[in-house]
Amino acid sequence: EKLGLGRAALPEELAAWDHDVRPDGLGLPEGSGDVLTGEELFSEHCAVCHGEFAEGVDNWPKLAGGMGTLDRDDPLKTVGSYWPYLSTTWDYVHRSMPFGNAQSLSDDDVYAIVAYILYSNDLVDDDFVLSKENFTEVELPNAGGFIIDDRDTTELPLFIREPCMTDCKETVEITAHATVLDVTPNDTTDDAPAAGAAEAATAEDPAPEVAVAEAAPEAAPEAAVEVAAEAPAQTAAADPELVAAGEKVFKKCAACHKVGEGAKNAVGPVLNGIVGRTAGTVEGFKYSKPMQDAGAGGLVWTPEELSGYLADPKTYLPKNKMSFAGLKKDSDLEAVIAYLSTLGQ
Amino acid sequence: GPDPLITEIQPWAQGLGDGVDATPYGLPIRFEGDVVRRNVGWLTADTISSINFTPIHALDGTITPQGCAFERHHSGAIELAKEDYRLMINGLVETPLIFTYADLERFPRETRTFFLECAANTGMEWAGSQLNGAQFTHGMIHNMEYTGVPLRLLLEEAGVKPEGKWVLVEGADASSNGRSIPLEKAMDDCLVAFKANGEALRKEHGYPVRLCVPGWEGNMWIKWLRRIEVGDQPWEQREETSKYTDTLADGTSRKWTWVMDAKSVVTSPSPQMPIKHGPGPLVITGLAWSGRGAITRVDVTVDGGKSWMPARLAAPGQEMAVSRFYLDHVWDGSEMLVQSRAIDSTGYVQPTKTELRDIRGLNSIYHNNCIQTWWVKANGEAENVEIS
Repeated sequence: EKLGLGRAALPEELAAWDHDVRPDGLGLPEGSGDVLTGEELFSEHCAVCHGEFAEGVDNWPKLAGGMGTLDRDDPLKTVGSYWPYLSTTWDYVHRSMPFGNAQSLSDDDVYAIVAYILYSNDLVDDDFVLSKENFTEVELPNAGGFIIDDRDTTELPLFIREPCMTDCKETVEITAHATVLDVTPNDTTDDAPAAGAAEAATAEDPAPEVAVAEAAPEAAPEAAVEVAAEAPAQTAAADPELVAAGEKVFKKCAACHKVGEGAKNAVGPVLNGIVGRTAGTVEGFKYSKPMQDAGAGGLVWTPEELSGYLADPKTYLPKNKMSFAGLKKDSDLEAVIAYLSTLGQ
Repeated sequence: GPDPLITEIQPWAQGLGDGVDATPYGLPIRFEGDVVRRNVGWLTADTISSINFTPIHALDGTITPQGCAFERHHSGAIELAKEDYRLMINGLVETPLIFTYADLERFPRETRTFFLECAANTGMEWAGSQLNGAQFTHGMIHNMEYTGVPLRLLLEEAGVKPEGKWVLVEGADASSNGRSIPLEKAMDDCLVAFKANGEALRKEHGYPVRLCVPGWEGNMWIKWLRRIEVGDQPWEQREETSKYTDTLADGTSRKWTWVMDAKSVVTSPSPQMPIKHGPGPLVITGLAWSGRGAITRVDVTVDGGKSWMPARLAAPGQEMAVSRFYLDHVWDGSEMLVQSRAIDSTGYVQPTKTELRDIRGLNSIYHNNCIQTWWVKANGEAENVEIS
């Protein structure tokens, strides 16, 4: 029996709030967007957290990669490797992204960004255009990777049982200790001594969001070691193979940094003559305050300094503008610096 | 010698205390200042999209005070005034409706106590013992007395069409946190709540209105509830596909794992609550709950599961609400491997971590309801361990 409370919703109100999109395409608006437009938008709106290549920065979610890792230790769950439906991506980007400025993207912008996320996962070519018309034709790799909760048949028969009360087992051994990992925050007991510090222990791994749980204990020390990896030694003579390898690595940089004759500043400064240059001195580029200060303080981009910076830009120079997560492999660092060394003024 | 606290006149026995109105809205006395929510910094990139933990180690009884009940935000706790609040019901209904907060207050009301557990509670422990404290291993839970309107009444007011099988619920914050709920559950016991523990919801818990989905994972309890859409299929939103799905060892993932299985934990003694009094009488206490029904029994072991003793429930278990248990033990001062084991009204017995891993592997992330072990040493300190 109705109470007659509330009032009828107006069409404008429904249009303003009813934005959800379903896997069958219900709710998608008219529109389209291409990969290259998406790449620009992604760089502008998304890369600060998700990385230029959707590879993720710090603990923010990685959106690309991870194919074939779901049955391994610490699977990497991305739009490409895990998400079953593309509509989820469209819906979430449209309503909740960018973080801190939700619902600011146009429908076409969202189509373009979703197209770029597909591209970053090697699921479409760079000339791909995503639209309302072809949207449901895109099937994500893990679409068939889900089953509906089966605990009723796989678990309840095992766990609905008479519990053992005496002589339940003969021996008991401790097999794992939380204190070995030492990742519990300090000062958590009423007055017990503080446990050791463990911040940053899992910077590489922890799940985005609270999924968290993915932070496998074993991963913690490794990640810490990786961050602390020392810069590789530099050789003076340019090794052609190394330079060639470095040119490939440089593709990660090329979205933001232009090189060669006639290159102009882009998202990042021109890198011609970078090796040996004083930091923060390319004319016409608006550097962050920390980078300007570093240059004024005498920082010169020697191979050693570049190696330290490129391995972990945020730690090397906090609050600088470059939203790149860093090169994790020493061999990549060595190669890209060898390549940069060949670029004249 | 005689205790000077007794033999000497103390200032509090001589002078005067605070007058009324010294604290118009009272807070815990300063000596309890460490009974607070805490987070684990390395878990997430930013506290705006993060979680903290209820200090369950330091609480007793069953009701969680709102001020220390854990928080989980996906885009921060927003400030939404009652007068700015609107709730829309649309989709497969006879009449799409808009309710104000004042409208909700005119519907017949219910008051019920429910636990809310994040699906990721204890999730950090899948791969091994990781965090040293009940607050961190089991603190993504709270238990409150909610007052609100049955969701069924709001849906009936709009008139659900026969083809309606699911509802989408979403919040007013930037994350919106949409979730699909089967219509059957929505019409059964879901509550559109505006009070908790007798007072208005706190900002961090969705003021002025949140959804209660009794017994089901906390992510579905939409805060700042602003829209309910009726549909004929689930929406497969971010929070029910990319998150809150459980990946098994073979790489396939379970979805729609909504119900929280029976679970318990000893809150004291525990790593944050060492035994300081030496051998003799010891109260072992903890919490138990089940999303499938009421807790009927909790057993406790001090020898790592060789033998078990039935604990005493503080009160008969209530459906989808936390139970408090006590074991009045005499400690001989030797080390203990303390565990608790919950049993619910369906006969489900809380499993061991090994039993769960055998079925689900190590990558499940969510829904870890395994038996927890505290190694209590002879000096009374306790550590989170795993045992054979």
